[in-house]
Amino acid sequence: MLEKQTITCVACPKGCEVTVEHDGDEIIEIMGNACPQGADYAKEEIVAPTRILPTTVRVKNGALPLVPVKTTKQIPLEIIHAAMEIIGEKEVKAPVELGQVIVENILDTGADVVATRDLPKKIHV
Amino acid sequence: MIKLEKDVVVIGGGPAGLAAAAKVYDNGVEDVMILERDFELGGILPQCIHNGFGLHHFGEELTGPEYSQRFEKDVEERDIEVKLNTMVLDVSPDKKVFAMNKDDGAVEIQAKAVILAMGCRERTAGAIGIPGTRPAGVLTAGTAQRFTNIEGYVPGESVVILGSGDIGLIMARRMKLEGADVKAVCEILPYTGGLTRNVVQCLEDYDIPLKLNHTVTKIIGNDRLEAVEITEVDENMKPIPETSEIVEADTLLLSVGLIPENELSKKAEVVLDDRTGGPIVNEGRETNIDGIFACGNVLHVHDLVDWVTEESQIAGDWAAKYIKGDYKRAEKIEVKAGENVAYVIPQSIELEAEDRKRIPLYMRVSTPLTAVDIELYADGEKLYSFTEPFAKPGEMISVPLAQKTLDDLDEVSEIRVDIIEKEGE
Repeated sequence: MLEKQTITCVACPKGCEVTVEHDGDEIIEIMGNACPQGADYAKEEIVAPTRILPTTVRVKNGALPLVPVKTTKQIPLEIIHAAMEIIGEKEVKAPVELGQVIVENILDTGADVVATRDLPKKIHV
Repeated sequence: MIKLEKDVVVIGGGPAGLAAAAKVYDNGVEDVMILERDFELGGILPQCIHNGFGLHHFGEELTGPEYSQRFEKDVEERDIEVKLNTMVLDVSPDKKVFAMNKDDGAVEIQAKAVILAMGCRERTAGAIGIPGTRPAGVLTAGTAQRFTNIEGYVPGESVVILGSGDIGLIMARRMKLEGADVKAVCEILPYTGGLTRNVVQCLEDYDIPLKLNHTVTKIIGNDRLEAVEITEVDENMKPIPETSEIVEADTLLLSVGLIPENELSKKAEVVLDDRTGGPIVNEGRETNIDGIFACGNVLHVHDLVDWVTEESQIAGDWAAKYIKGDYKRAEKIEVKAGENVAYVIPQSIELEAEDRKRIPLYMRVSTPLTAVDIELYADGEKLYSFTEPFAKPGEMISVPLAQKTLDDLDEVSEIRVDIIEKEGE
């Protein structure tokens, strides 16, 4: 069945309103995008929306109790909650380095979960 | 008391202070010091763990901590002096900075130039006066963000968010991902104050309702918040009593605006602009006080940190020029916010610069508009205009004013920007 859907592109903060005409997963036409990224984004939003997942992981003996992490690439939106469960069970030891892999290949997505900052050990004063 | 002398003192070690300090240094003024009240650099960025930073500046998408760490590294590599855990108490118009910390006690620093980069703070429950009781569980979105992302406490299980500013939207998703039931985001205006991408990725992705033209009219609960009363408002933002509903929640997050933090600026006799809440500046981001500059959220609240960086590098460039004496004033041109423009930064143009190609004018519209003409006028004569598909108050617009255009004008006293909806569209 032919359908028309309007999607707000979030490839950049400009936020183009992109209209996609599609038949199920088959894309017929994409309109309203200011750049090619908009077409890619709109297509993906129809077929299989994906997101970067930023969250935190508990740290033992860290200067702070948590270290922020993210997935190295976008993962399907529908498995975000499942990914949160796995990351929520993790605990790492300080010091942590920016880019350090916390979970490898989460849920077979090909994306690793990595730390997004350096976190030194707690200094006792 | 310890007494020091510095070429440039930067107050605040967030994204604005970091970028400004590195830029001062790169212009050959190496005697620069950053004063930061927190135990680490980065300002608010370490708690902004979400992605979406850096698309303009780096052409790639980073999280807040990653964006921050790049600039922290810039400062570290240059060996720029940083004092952490240091609270600045006073700045005088003759650029004496009084600060305190545990190691030095009281410190007085005589600076030749000061860069104000103190950022902003959130408007609180007290500032908006919601009727009802005063239980625990009513906090600003940024405080909740700090608890959740830095300190490791999720502040509640069932949440209502008042205000659709970016931090409110971001926290709606964050609390949802941490297992809270996020019931609604209420916005008193007919449009959201946040970025479009945040409405999509934080609310629509998780089916969190955005209730436009709605506000919280009552806070209910004794020790802990139990419920809030949500009411629709009319076009004059007056609540319509018959639309009220009670929503059970143990947490109310407020994302109702940010206020530039200018207590120190006032002590230095810096004149503020009522519209921005920040100092009035020229294009070098210099305030009315000679050699005192301001950049980032202390000057005006930004939606993207990328703009903070750009602005702070401008301030850093000119602060360095000021120190080196490469600083000439020309006739002052006032920059005016015209039709539908809430404000323009800078408020004046008065510096002579060699090999400058353009001056970016930062502005916001006062109301959402579609199919707009952005028009620049010099003393009422149209210079040029260009079109944009839409303009939203939540998204800052940067309009370049070409140096050549300025050079071709003689004796102009005012530049004005109008943003007008094109007729028939």
